Amino acid sequence: MQKRLIYICYLLCYVLLMSACDKSSDKPAIGVLLPVNFPEPVYNLAANPVSWDGFQLGKSLFYDPILSKDNSVSCGSCHIATSAFTQHGHTVSHGINDQLGKRNSLSLVNLAWGKDFFWDGGVHNFDLVAFNPIQNPVEMDETVANVIVKLQQISAYKQQFKAAFGSEEITTQTFTKALSQFMLCMVSANSKYDQYVRKENNITLTTDELDGLALVKAKCSNCHATDLFTDGSFRNNGLSSSFEKDMGRYNVTLMPEDMGKFKVPTLRNLTYSTPYMHDGRFTTLEQVLNHYSSGVKATATLDSTLLNNGTTGIALSDGEKQHIIAFLKTLDDESFIRDKRFQEE
Amino acid sequence: MKNIQHTLLVILCATFIFSCKKSSDSPATGTGKVSLEFDNRAGDAELVFGTTYTTAAGEQISFTKFNYYISNVVFIKADGSSYVVPKDSCYYLVQHDVEESRGPLVSNIPAGDYTAIQFVLGVDSAKCAAPVEQRTGVLDPAGEGQDMYWSWNSGYIFLKTEGTSAQSTMENTFMYHIGGFGGTTSATINNIKTIKLIAPEDPIMVRTNRQPDIHMYVDAMKLFNGTTNISVATDPMVMFAPYSTTIANNYQHMFSINHVHND
Repeated sequence: MQKRLIYICYLLCYVLLMSACDKSSDKPAIGVLLPVNFPEPVYNLAANPVSWDGFQLGKSLFYDPILSKDNSVSCGSCHIATSAFTQHGHTVSHGINDQLGKRNSLSLVNLAWGKDFFWDGGVHNFDLVAFNPIQNPVEMDETVANVIVKLQQISAYKQQFKAAFGSEEITTQTFTKALSQFMLCMVSANSKYDQYVRKENNITLTTDELDGLALVKAKCSNCHATDLFTDGSFRNNGLSSSFEKDMGRYNVTLMPEDMGKFKVPTLRNLTYSTPYMHDGRFTTLEQVLNHYSSGVKATATLDSTLLNNGTTGIALSDGEKQHIIAFLKTLDDESFIRDKRFQEE
Repeated sequence: MKNIQHTLLVILCATFIFSCKKSSDSPATGTGKVSLEFDNRAGDAELVFGTTYTTAAGEQISFTKFNYYISNVVFIKADGSSYVVPKDSCYYLVQHDVEESRGPLVSNIPAGDYTAIQFVLGVDSAKCAAPVEQRTGVLDPAGEGQDMYWSWNSGYIFLKTEGTSAQSTMENTFMYHIGGFGGTTSATINNIKTIKLIAPEDPIMVRTNRQPDIHMYVDAMKLFNGTTNISVATDPMVMFAPYSTTIANNYQHMFSINHVHND
């Protein structure tokens, strides 16, 4: 009851704050929802307060292929709203001139709680994430400096920047902060599980789902921790015996103990975000669980939680796998997937 | 009260002594400016892009790019006391082909005689992890600093040099992009180099009515010739890799104060 009250208070505060911020009442409320079942956010929201104009500008930029060298690919090309902001049907990202990256597009969700970004955590400041795909030769192959030059020539953008930040001048700071405002608002916390855990709408979980929840807590929550369902750490989950193809976190730290480690992704919205793993190798949750029960490969950097007394993997019966999958589906947040505010117009 | 009188007396005496030292000079009070002149060299000659030089490894190289960040400048007196230039007003990007970048001016230095300077070759770790609003001027990754920033492994390139060589095994070119600030959550390679240079003869005389020029020689060949001689045949390209520390250990010795102009 108390938790529910707190949540309602949060919502009220949020709505009041947001409506108070907008000068004209015809602008819809927008902001970063802070769900009561989430930990404290990492991003400094006070340093980049979200406004409707900033959000709309960020959305325009997110869906504008002008961010790529030949104006062919936008952020939204590889991060599709209805696929939980992943690239449906692609194992690895598909950049300009039909070039393929080496990793699966990560879901863009609950980003205000992220410590490090991308599969290898190479970027540690959320406002700087856009530099990576824009300047990657196999993604957008452009420079942020040139994107700003291109944007300065479009009067509609100059007006949008003025509305959002008070000046027509487009700077690195306003460009990156507008994109951040749009992406930070992508909070997914309204799944069946969220409503159950916050005791909203009399939502209950089935016996199978409850069993799956208990199994996830017991066997998966070392890594998929808190209601974010990730601890943001980097781990080797035993997908490969060698790492010539992708050394993961090692590329960023050059430390031998980071060889083959990748960021622990969230378990939210899995129905929409297939395929799975950093290289998109699995298309079904059954394949993922079969990997953990019988496919884990032992290497020097294998996560210690996947190695018990010389046995690799997590012991799971077929029935347990089914219950885990039943629970994972309660983390699907359809209202987030269908949220028109985030979708390309 | 007596203490204050005593202190005043000492200050008066000191002022008197200093003002007597050089009669033409204004007293060492107030603040002044100093020009940091980075005179890029190749051995005993001026560095010229396109000119061929021979390294200690016996290879012929020619430069097409030579850029580096200088930050965190400190002016040091003979008694060890020092003036730390406020950090945010002293991030400089020296680019060999941009003449005005090679002589940045430092302002608001308390008047006095300084016998040494210290600076960081690179960008300190706090700034490498700073929020976007603190990345302006030469540190703007989409502005003046766009050529000196790694977007995939967020951080600044402290020194970037490129060129050509017949001995290179990479299409006759070499590229050394050296960075690495020690990481945020993991301890990664740290190529931040703090460099202290002693003024060889005259001190740096900072006065309100003078603008001393610290004429530094920066020998680009020291990047190749040092504790480990770098070979463009074996290592034509070094970026974020363990070997970058070997190169940084070499190039930290490329600076010296040749002389100080006090007039």
